[in-house]
Amino acid sequence: MKIAIASGKGGTGKTTLATGLALSLIDQGPVWYLDCDVEAPNGHLFLKPDFSRQVQAVIPIPQIQSERCTSCGRCVEVCQFHALAKVGKKILVFPQLCHGCGSCTWNCPEGAILEIPNPIGVLESGLTPEGIYYSRGLLTVSEPMPTPIIRQLKRLETPPADAIVILDAPPGASCSVVETLRGADYVLLVSEPTPFGLHDLKQMLGIVTDMGIPSGVIINRDGIGDDRLESFLDQNSLPVLLRIPFSKELAMGLAAGDSLIRVLPEYRQGLRNMYAQILEFINQGKTS
Amino acid sequence: MKIILSAQTPDINSPIERRFGRCPYLLEVDTETDEWQALSNPGVGQSGGAGVAAAQLVVDQKGEAVISGDFGPNAANALKAASLPMYLYNLECTTVQQAVEQFKLGQLELFK
Repeated sequence: MKIAIASGKGGTGKTTLATGLALSLIDQGPVWYLDCDVEAPNGHLFLKPDFSRQVQAVIPIPQIQSERCTSCGRCVEVCQFHALAKVGKKILVFPQLCHGCGSCTWNCPEGAILEIPNPIGVLESGLTPEGIYYSRGLLTVSEPMPTPIIRQLKRLETPPADAIVILDAPPGASCSVVETLRGADYVLLVSEPTPFGLHDLKQMLGIVTDMGIPSGVIINRDGIGDDRLESFLDQNSLPVLLRIPFSKELAMGLAAGDSLIRVLPEYRQGLRNMYAQILEFINQGKTS
Repeated sequence: MKIILSAQTPDINSPIERRFGRCPYLLEVDTETDEWQALSNPGVGQSGGAGVAAAQLVVDQKGEAVISGDFGPNAANALKAASLPMYLYNLECTTVQQAVEQFKLGQLELFK
């Protein structure tokens, strides 16, 4: 079971929800938490894992072997990211534009391209005191491309078949979020009753619809802002799976590194019920 | 001499475009005959690598000098590798035509 948590707008409570959910489900199967917000992972602040493994994340960058290259320009033609250019008889490589897709190497008729690993960050994993498997990607500052490291994080280790995998997505509604959501069984969309919360929720609903992944909405900071989010959800018959209040107590607890269910223990049951509801929904889909 | 300038519309009287990689059009002008043609910039709608795409077009068109408001690091590296001199629009340039005249008079600053 793979559940992704996304929101579009940053700071709506993705990690609050994701860490709370992980901690609520520890007796229901092995829980795996993948922190896919590789530009600013923060799940570890609440789950407090003991990192026991670190590997480098690399992407293969083309290196042209000039003695074999005939300057035919095929590599430049096939590179959709413009990471290669042909100037006179020389092929130029722009490593920061390269996505490491390998098209140039594959298409070179002379076999003149070598792939050199270029480090873009690290992948780390370890267990939390509760036995949750936590892993995260850490993109090196100034590296422009988060998607390859997210892809590698998801392949770092294979969860057991009965694992509950929680994917904490990065904010935004672009490639890195799509990469996180790919392969998920269900997406929890965390929103808040503000114009930004609603605007980005609509973008995320567009993405999950395109990807064909079922989703449900969670309203955080319930009680603030205006009623536009509620009327949008009403009009589109989108059920709200859970509401988290706007509470000073919760904000103080989170700022101190306490989890949602430690500050508001009644949410443990709420999150378990929500998970049961999602499981039932998914299983229904499989049998019907 | 064949020079290439970044422009907003496909016309010699187009307002100049100060961005190189993201300019909608590149205008190719022959400074001896004043003949010109407009080329769509393949980089303008790309999510990345716009500067390299525009530079590649300039190189493929066998331009001998490039004029724009600025050049990003990737575009500048590609154009440098091709040994193409890059010039900058000054405050007097409002249209491409005016910039061509400024260039002929040697009044445009070289980009380094």
